[in-house]
Amino acid sequence: MKVAYWPGCVSRGFTPELHGSMAAVAPKLDLELVELDRANCCGAGVIAEHNQELVDTLNARTFAMAQATGASMMNVCSTCQGAQSECQQRLDADPDYRAMINAHLEPEGLRYERAQGDWKNKNLLWMLVEDIGLEELRARVVRPLEGLRVAPFYGCYIVRPTGRLGYDEFPHRDFYLDYVIEALGGTSVEYAGSHKCCGFPVITMAKATSLRQAGRHLADAIDAGADCLATPCPLCHLNLDLQQPDAEKYVERELGIPVLHLPQVVGLALGLEPKELGMDKHVVKTKDVQRKVAELAAA
Amino acid sequence: MSTTDASTGASTPNGSSRATDFALKVRRYDPESGESAYWEDMSIELEPERSVLDAILKFKADTDNSLAIRCSCQAAICGSCGVRINGQSRLACNTQLGEASEEERSRDGTIVVEPMGNMPVLKDLIVDMDAVHWKKVQRVVPWLLPEGDPPEREYIVPAESMIDITQSMACIHCGACVSACLSMEADPEFIGPAALAKAYRFVGDPRDAQTEERLRDLAEDPHGIYDCTHCFACIEVCPKDVAPMSQIMRLRRRATGDYGIKDSNNGYGHEKAFVDLVGKYGTLHESQLLPKSFGQGSLIRSQVDPSSLKQLAASFPTVVNGLKSGKVSPIKAIWHKKLPDQAQVKRIFEEVESRGERIELNLYIVGDDAENVEAGPDPDATEAEDGTGQTEQENGAGEAEDKPDAGSPEDKNGADKADDDGAQETDDEEAGAK
Repeated sequence: MKVAYWPGCVSRGFTPELHGSMAAVAPKLDLELVELDRANCCGAGVIAEHNQELVDTLNARTFAMAQATGASMMNVCSTCQGAQSECQQRLDADPDYRAMINAHLEPEGLRYERAQGDWKNKNLLWMLVEDIGLEELRARVVRPLEGLRVAPFYGCYIVRPTGRLGYDEFPHRDFYLDYVIEALGGTSVEYAGSHKCCGFPVITMAKATSLRQAGRHLADAIDAGADCLATPCPLCHLNLDLQQPDAEKYVERELGIPVLHLPQVVGLALGLEPKELGMDKHVVKTKDVQRKVAELAAA
Repeated sequence: MSTTDASTGASTPNGSSRATDFALKVRRYDPESGESAYWEDMSIELEPERSVLDAILKFKADTDNSLAIRCSCQAAICGSCGVRINGQSRLACNTQLGEASEEERSRDGTIVVEPMGNMPVLKDLIVDMDAVHWKKVQRVVPWLLPEGDPPEREYIVPAESMIDITQSMACIHCGACVSACLSMEADPEFIGPAALAKAYRFVGDPRDAQTEERLRDLAEDPHGIYDCTHCFACIEVCPKDVAPMSQIMRLRRRATGDYGIKDSNNGYGHEKAFVDLVGKYGTLHESQLLPKSFGQGSLIRSQVDPSSLKQLAASFPTVVNGLKSGKVSPIKAIWHKKLPDQAQVKRIFEEVESRGERIELNLYIVGDDAENVEAGPDPDATEAEDGTGQTEQENGAGEAEDKPDAGSPEDKNGADKADDDGAQETDDEEAGAK
């Protein structure tokens, strides 16, 4: 399946292991990634806060580039998904507004057409369940993650608000990460923080609010017996992994639980090695997870 | 519904429904009993279209009248019966038993009812709204502060100028957003979604003369507009589509864009840094975001200003961790590649920013499907360039997150809303309350 692939800024920035692991996993899923390497930042909610016309134009530009490939669009970032869905909702709502936004794209020879029929912008998580299918995913598993206890962490932007994230058509999207973990043979761990906020958006503005959130969710996952977290959002990953040593101070306890990216978890089950998935590029070391996976391979 | 479902007792094919047993699990607590909180299991026979509130009231009438819940109108108007149902904050009168029992998160069809979050429980399903919600609403000075003597008769304002704030006026103070707020969960002092939405209702009101002072106050408060973690929980649960988080973003936009308020929480700096970096590179130059945010958007300031330096120093261990893990290479920390067509992105920034006004499409007002399902080709771009009719100018409207309830025509009409609400909430009495 060919997809117009939007990796986002963070997967090519501070979480290079996400970009790398997605590239490694794609062939295992028969995904042909046509990378949108001329597309721009989604705005991550911040440009929307600054100027709506600007953010809608920037994302219309990305959509137009994706549509020009003739394929649907895929992202690997909950935040990109949410920020872009917000713009797409406005662009699709009103033809006059869309025409005004498209006028900004005209000098570049681009144009966003209202998404009709099959053209969609979907996070890898949604693609896995809706386009590849859990049965197919299960069939491709060569190393079932038996005994690996994975705590799902969705990221706000992919679960709320349901009104503009396609939940009318796909009402169980807020369970997909659990479904995928189970399909890969792992155990999905239930804990309080799975659908809560990692705190990343306020890390520069309200650090205590931010890291208390990250710390609590990590602690809840540890207390529920998780070996690791898995997230489809690299921004959540940054607050939960990169900031984890700092977060310990805000919850006054030791943490130390690895936070994997979704393609890393999928890749492990599809037979890729931790190194190929960039699992050495984590602040909280992943060696316990790697050891468990190695034992699986040996078994 | 037109199908028969024996397991849930849903409607029969002729449209009439029949009563069925619903399992409820209700959180109970009586401080006077000296006992800790406990769950009470109930089995209530009612039609699936009846509400969770109906079931609770039936239990009170038939079994145990000591169960405490607030309620009044039973029609999602008064906002009294806010509770958490299957973990989601909502009105008990506005949630059907059949739907609640079929939700995936309900488990085995049992409907779990708890008191709202982020507020202390007084008894059973009643929380202390005074201690949290109303106190926070008071904090934002929820009345008009006009300048000069009051006019002889009413204040006259053009209806269009009120459209922008109609969404925030729709609040019924049920507290669902306060209950769901994830920032407040981490920081109980956060002013919160309901109160900040109310603040926007006055910031956006053309009759108010303290706009800048209000914004400065909310921007400088460490528990104010920059303490919102942008989680959308309030937008998701609001039964009236107030989208409190969107109102908070409007407050931020007004504070930074209109008044250039350089707050000490880095709100201004973060927005300026982010927007400038994307304008310059096309994608985010992450390693400059932090210092620029701390330096009110300026890299130089971040290295000379004492408070910026202090914050940078505090981030140093995280930077080291980033470098040590290999996430961030030294090259990447310094250098960031511009997009191949960055000139185009720059042009878009210039076109939009030089407009001198912000154009916003308010979906709360226009609905989220202005062209219906059978979409035709786009109209000529130049013809629609001013966006007349659909696009509200600054102070005329803002972005909206969610459409109003489908099939409620009055919700589609912003002007009517303004009138209705104006009569109820923005009259001279409110100004006089000062």
